[in-house]
This record gives sequence, structure tokens and C-alpha cells, in this order.
Amino acid sequence: MTNTTQNNVNSTNKINLITKYRQDFAIIAGWVGFGSKVLDLGCGDGTLLQFLRSSLDTKGYGVEKDDANWLACMQNGTNVIQMDLEAGLSGFEDQSFDTVILSQTLQAMHNTEEIVQEMLRVGREVIVTFPNFGYWRNRIQIASGGHMPVSKDLPFQWFDTPNVHLCTINDFDQFCKNHNISVIERKVITEGNEVSFMPNLMGNLAMYRLKVS
Amino acid sequence: MSEISTNSVGFGSVGIVSAQTAHFDAPLTLKSGAVLPSFDLMYETYGTLNAAKSNAVIVCHALSGNHHVAGKYHESDKSAGWWDNLIGPNKPLDTNKFFVIGLNNLGGCHGSSGPSSVNADTGKPFGAAFPIVTVDDWVNSQALLLDYLGIETLAAVIGGSLGGMQALQWTLAYPTRIKHALVIASAPNLTAQNIAFNEVARQAIMTDPEFYAGDYYSHNTVPRRGLRIARMLGHITYLSDDAMGAKFGRKLKDEIKYSFDVEFEMESYLRYQGDKFAGEFDANTYLRMTRALDYYDPALDFGGDLSAALSKVKAEFLVLSFTSDWRFSPARSREIVKALLDNELTVSYAEVTAAHGHDAFLMPDAHYHSILRSYFSQVEV
Repeated sequence: MTNTTQNNVNSTNKINLITKYRQDFAIIAGWVGFGSKVLDLGCGDGTLLQFLRSSLDTKGYGVEKDDANWLACMQNGTNVIQMDLEAGLSGFEDQSFDTVILSQTLQAMHNTEEIVQEMLRVGREVIVTFPNFGYWRNRIQIASGGHMPVSKDLPFQWFDTPNVHLCTINDFDQFCKNHNISVIERKVITEGNEVSFMPNLMGNLAMYRLKVS
Repeated sequence: MSEISTNSVGFGSVGIVSAQTAHFDAPLTLKSGAVLPSFDLMYETYGTLNAAKSNAVIVCHALSGNHHVAGKYHESDKSAGWWDNLIGPNKPLDTNKFFVIGLNNLGGCHGSSGPSSVNADTGKPFGAAFPIVTVDDWVNSQALLLDYLGIETLAAVIGGSLGGMQALQWTLAYPTRIKHALVIASAPNLTAQNIAFNEVARQAIMTDPEFYAGDYYSHNTVPRRGLRIARMLGHITYLSDDAMGAKFGRKLKDEIKYSFDVEFEMESYLRYQGDKFAGEFDANTYLRMTRALDYYDPALDFGGDLSAALSKVKAEFLVLSFTSDWRFSPARSREIVKALLDNELTVSYAEVTAAHGHDAFLMPDAHYHSILRSYFSQVEV
């Protein structure tokens, strides 16, 4: 695998692209090697893969279940495989990708443990991002209003949410420890800015770079 | 595999078309070792070959298809070519952009050399003497047709079912002559169950007293009953249980008569389809088409390892399957996709939600056609 640094890339081009997209994308780009082979699970309309392709010359595939998203991927030139992640990654060989990404999808998975294990089987490194349920705004909605949190990042009511496995940063740290997963790097962001002070309280989006211990 | 025409000639149609014959004098050695000293291929083309000769697309037919893929021969034709809903100006396979070639495969009964063609040596139909042809042989003969047309490289090959196997075989046999393969409702080989269906169909034909060991032409007859049953069986497997239920259910023709006449609408449909087919298709061709399906197995020479078999492939792929297709199930398409992924090839795969079973690949489903339209719009010519 090629080691990534931002120096490898045409920096002007990359900065333009990053500002055009999102802070979490910029962090993911920092963890993905130039020219590396990437699998993006639940890739949506392929925006992240497109961004990685144009900024880091990555190759690889997206996996997407939804018809409209699948078609959008194909239309923007992203290789996309239509399948349900809940069934695992049986079509992908062991250690056949440099990086496997699950961006803001973990909380909606039923087979949470299985998908993380499958990602670690298929990828040499794994990137997982999820909305941190421990974020103070979520805590306030429960503590003061006595209601399940509804926000920009968690825009659903308790009865119609696809998010069946919400967790906090502390929960996920524990999960990694219990499953012998080593955290190479962890970043937490709120409103596009990195958070280092009390991340489980102050952080909105948790981002993990993982590998097998 | 059945011919379905949903569009009449009108907007987006290729219009009035005519078939042509290409004659080949050089002997063709088949996979079986048999040699065809010369042969004809019947074909049609739609659209215009560009100056760079880079916009050609071959449409491969399935079991009962032929070269008449789009358009009509006469305004008064009741139906258009078998994939007319896909091909034409501004249709998903746009003939304003592409030069589309449809042909009748070797062993066929629509003008290309086959069991019902006259053997020049004897002045009689080949009959049983016509050799067994394979998917490999078809693709080799299609490459000869390309040479004949002065085309080196194909922009794409598209096919459903047995046609998808030909598209896949193109990428194996001629990796530098094909840019894109669209493999639809297909499989890298047949399952035992699929071979079993084919064998029942063949037994129906071969045990028909009118079969005469394949030389029924000289007896001025055809094994109509056998061919009819073979086709009825086929139709059952091309539809899903749900689609049959929705279309026919337990509907009766009339009141129950306690007889073995046609009582249910389902029976009526099967008999109609069987009779129609038996009147227009050649039994010896049907035998050969099913055998070509049975034999196709590109992984065979690689110890069953499809990924190894595909190691020389260069083409980009679109692989599609249909959720209700149990004859060529999505799992079989995923085997092809896995082998392509293992080789780090460019591939997209969709599992199209459809109620029609295997026949869905011929239906003008909106999402299915959006996929094909989007894919073809990105194919560079």
C-alpha cells in the first residue's frame, strides 16, 4: 500500500475539493493512501468515493442497497455493487482492500458486530464514523425534555428511526477493546471543527481508523 | 427467452429494417473438433458505423432469439424485433450513437447455418449431422462477422441469459476487442437444476415419434409435440410464481367441466405459447441451444476457479440480475461479480427488483432501462 500524505497530491486541487465537501471527508482523505484500493460500504450517491478518486487517485468500489443512490453512483462513474450489508461481505476476499469505509451507517446496522468483523477481514484498515450519542445536545434533550434526541444529525423520531444501534464514543472504545480491535487514530468533530476537550461530551461525529490488534 | 414486443414502430424506432447474410468460406473448427467447411450468418444492423469504427455493439440472443432485434420488416408486421424496447434512436441503446449488430447464432433456424439449412454436399437439410455448437463457437463466429464488417473493436456486447454468457465469453476470448460487457440475468455456468430442465426439454423432443433421430425433414414432418412441451416447460421456468399468480392465478376459462381439456387460464397460455413456438422454431436448433447452455463453463479449465479464468479480461462490466429470477438467480450473477472483483476489474452490479422472473430482462422496466441508458451514455466511442 502506498503511504498517504497530503504532499502526494496536487494541494490546490485537493483544498478546493475539500472545502467543497466536508470536514469528515477531509479527515478520511488523510487516512486513505494515495492510489489505494478503497471499499465504501453504504456509499450513498458515491460522493465520498468521487472525492477520494479525484483527490487521491484511489480505485475501488462502493456498496449501496438503495436503487436511486445506486443509479447516482453509476452516473457519476463510481463502480457500485448493489447488496445488503446485513448479509456480510461474502463477495469480497480477505485483505483485498487497503481501506474499508463505513461512513455514518454503523448506527443503522442490525448486525453491528458482524459488519465490523467483516470489514476487518476484507480491509487492511477500516474507517468507521458515527454520530456520537454522548454529544451534550443529545444528553440535554433526554435530561431536560425527557425525549429521545432529534437533531440535524439524528433527524428521526424514535418510532421511525433507522438508527437501531446508537452508541457513544465511550461505548465504541469499549467495543474495540472487547473485540481486539486496535484504534490507530480517533478524531471527533463538531460543526466541522476538531474537538479534543471531553470528546464524548463535546463531539458530534466520531471517526475511527481501525485495524486488527 | 421468449419474444416480447412492447413497442410498435413509432417514436424511437429504428423503423423498417432488413436482414443480410454474410457468407464465410474459410473452414471453422468448432470446440467439439468438428469442422464447418463454410457457413452463413444472418444479421441486421441499426444506426451508422462511425468513421473510427468505434461505436459497434453486438446484441447476443438467448435460447430462442435471432438477428431481428429491433424494428420491423414491414409496416404491417404485428410485432417488432425482440429487444425493440431497448434499441432505437434515443432509446437506452441509442442508435444515434451506436452501430448495433444483431445476428442469428450458428445452429440457429433463422437464416444462419444450422440443422435446417441445406447441406451443399447432399442437397438435403443437415439435420442430425449439423455439429454441436458452443458459446465459444458462437463468439468466434461473431468475431469473424466483425472482421467481415471491417470492425476491429467493439464498444460493447450486451446479452441476457444465454446472451449474457456470450458477452462474458467475448471478454475472455477477445480481451482486446471488447471495451464493455453487459451481462444480464446470466450465470457463469448452469446449475444442475438448470441442466435438468434442459434435459427434460430435450427428452420431450427426442422421444417424439416424429423426431426420426433428428432427420424429420426428410420425412416431411416436425416433432411438434415434443417441441411444444419443451417450450411449455421453458415458459414455466422463465416466469416467477408470483408473476404467474398475478397474471393467471386459478382463473378458469369457463365453468369446471371435470375433463382434461383446457380448464385453467394457465393451461391455455402454455398451450398457446407451445403451439406458436412449435410452428416457427426448429427442434434440432432447440436441442443445440440448450446444449450450448449446458456446456458453457469458462472456469472448467481452471479447476472451477472463475477468478483465475477471468485473469486476462480487460473489459469493463455491467452485471444485472432480477430479484424474482430463479432460473438465473442473482446469486449466479454475484459469482461473476466476485470473479471480476477478485481481478480488480471495473464493474457495477445491480439486483433489479422485478416481478417477472427470468423474462424481466426483456421487459421495459423504468429503473432497469435507466440503468442501461446511463451505462450506455457513458460508453465512449
